[in-house]
Amino acid sequence: MNTESETIIHVESLTVAYEDTVVIDNISFEVRKGEVFVILGGSGCGKSTLLKQMIGLYSPAAGRILIDGQDIVSAEGDERLRILRKIGVMYQSSALFGSMALFENVRLPLEEFTNLNSAAMDLIVLMKLKLVGLKGFENHMPSELSGGMQKRAAIARAMVLDPQILFLDEPSAGLDPITSAELDQLIISLAHNLKITFVIVTHELPSIYSIADRVIMLDKRVKKIVADGRPQDLRDKSDNQWVRQFFKREVTSNVS
Amino acid sequence: MIESRVTLNTEVSKDGVLTITISGRLDSTSTGNIWQGVIDALERASSKRVVVDTSEIDYCDGTGIGLLVEIQRRQKKTGSKLEISGLRDEYQKLLDFFDPLEFEESRPEKSRKTNLTEEVGRATFSVWDNIRSQVAFLGELVAALYLAARNPTVVRWKDAFLIAETAGVNAFPIVALISFLIGLIMAFQAAIPMKQFGAEIFVADLIALSTLRELGPLMTAIVMAGRTSSAFAAELGTMKVNEEVDALTTMGLDPVRFLVLTRVIATLFMMPLITIFANLFGILGGSVVLLSMGYPLNTYIDRIIQSADYVDLLGGLLKSLAFGLIVAGIGCSHGLRTRTGASAVGDSTTKAVVSGIIMIILTDGLFSVVYFYLGI
Ligand SMILES: Nc1ncnc2c1ncn2[C@@H]1O[C@H](COP(=O)(O)OP(=O)(O)O)[C@@H](O)[C@H]1O
Ligand SMILES: [Mg+2]
Repeated sequence: MNTESETIIHVESLTVAYEDTVVIDNISFEVRKGEVFVILGGSGCGKSTLLKQMIGLYSPAAGRILIDGQDIVSAEGDERLRILRKIGVMYQSSALFGSMALFENVRLPLEEFTNLNSAAMDLIVLMKLKLVGLKGFENHMPSELSGGMQKRAAIARAMVLDPQILFLDEPSAGLDPITSAELDQLIISLAHNLKITFVIVTHELPSIYSIADRVIMLDKRVKKIVADGRPQDLRDKSDNQWVRQFFKREVTSNVS
Repeated sequence: MIESRVTLNTEVSKDGVLTITISGRLDSTSTGNIWQGVIDALERASSKRVVVDTSEIDYCDGTGIGLLVEIQRRQKKTGSKLEISGLRDEYQKLLDFFDPLEFEESRPEKSRKTNLTEEVGRATFSVWDNIRSQVAFLGELVAALYLAARNPTVVRWKDAFLIAETAGVNAFPIVALISFLIGLIMAFQAAIPMKQFGAEIFVADLIALSTLRELGPLMTAIVMAGRTSSAFAAELGTMKVNEEVDALTTMGLDPVRFLVLTRVIATLFMMPLITIFANLFGILGGSVVLLSMGYPLNTYIDRIIQSADYVDLLGGLLKSLAFGLIVAGIGCSHGLRTRTGASAVGDSTTKAVVSGIIMIILTDGLFSVVYFYLGI
């Protein structure tokens, strides 16, 4: 693949703070196209915060975020909409619309942003639900689904418009190992076949080994990236003892 | 973003083979442009053999795959031959994931239509159900109140004080304003016809009796139903949705004692106090009219003391206690009966306010009848 060198997300000297509390202190990294990029770190260290920054929900205290070369924070109007069309997001809490059935939840972006006819939309929705293993639950309300099912439904909604980048906040939390492995397969298949870029927050070591092209690890105390690389390399070659141990599963207590 | 360009060519050869050539970017923005064209071509030609040439496709995403699945589905249904040629490996893999026949019928409907009789039956049953659970809840509440009276330490007084502040004290301004204006308007409307008979001083009697006996307690109760009952329903409803109520139950803490009792007690304490203020401001409102007609304040106060007595005041305050029980009880009961889902909280809040106001008016009527027979 010669696309490997193409950068799709630039994070430049990013500092994030809630009021006066700095959560992330001056970090920079790049995500390449078609890559499965994993963000790792103890609970409360700012993974979700970083993810929300990367999709332009808040403006950072300092630094820039470029998606496909465009600054997502300063973009407005149509330009912003064009950037947003390139990304799909699954929030940690799933954020399905509680008053709509699963089918309507997934169909909504299609209705708003495409010119497909109604039958075509129905087919696309059912295909996405099939991809995440939820076909047959079209008429369920979100509150009638288990937590893991809600997560998968949220993934289906995030990818219904086939965005170039998918942001997933803890997709496998609350999933059984089998479903979790199926989800990994889906991610690998979409990344390889459709060149979709994934930015994923996850803690599942097996899943990290099987899907991640690259991992960054945040640390709560220094508020910076303490490890960056392929998971196998971090396990074998990291100069940070704690990181090596984490990847060998010797220390798990610090991770939610 | 790259401009989404896709082109469609259809051609029927002499031996009846339909060739569909798709080229360019087949993605979520562009696929809609050719979808109907493809369907039309398939239906028009109704060929026994269809070839889809995809070798010119630069990029194809999930929506594009959707179009190919749709073509497969239609051809499988009519039993004609289909050949998709030149599809790149990676797209072929995704296409193979889907079995077109699985998407045969579009979305199965869950809610079948019900007929009128069934609808009426259901509605009646739900009204009955509502009344029954309301009564059951009232029973539970009275039991809890009895327990609290015997052993006051079971009440979480700190919570109760906080609730008394937010639900009670903070309601003073709105209640005062509304009562003042109603007293003023009523006095003004009554003064005009009464003046023709030179009886405008009796406006004071009218204001005193109607405010103390009816309007003070009633207006306070209605404002509290809109302000406090709804807040209770929303608060407890959100807790129910977030499984906080379940958490209390599994900790062995009774939600009625823990959440409802504090709210009911706080409201019961505040209700008569707010009503006294409502009475005061209603009478003040009336005084403005009489003062402006040239009567001194003393005369107004004298008339009021002559016309109304403590029985009127206490009768009204007793009513306000009953209203307080209704406001807090109905708010909490609807909150605790909230179903799951985001809209459920809104439903509970609406129901709490509506049934609260209805219950208040009904109870008010009941009190009027009882007071009449008691000669109060
Ligand atoms: N809306 C908020 N306001 C203030 N602080 C917040 C907010 N959201 C998160 N935080 C704080 O930021 C830190 C990182 O939170 P988060 O990004 O959710 O962590 P996680 O890595 O578990 O996803 C935590 O210390 C949290 O208390
Ligand atoms: Mg998080």
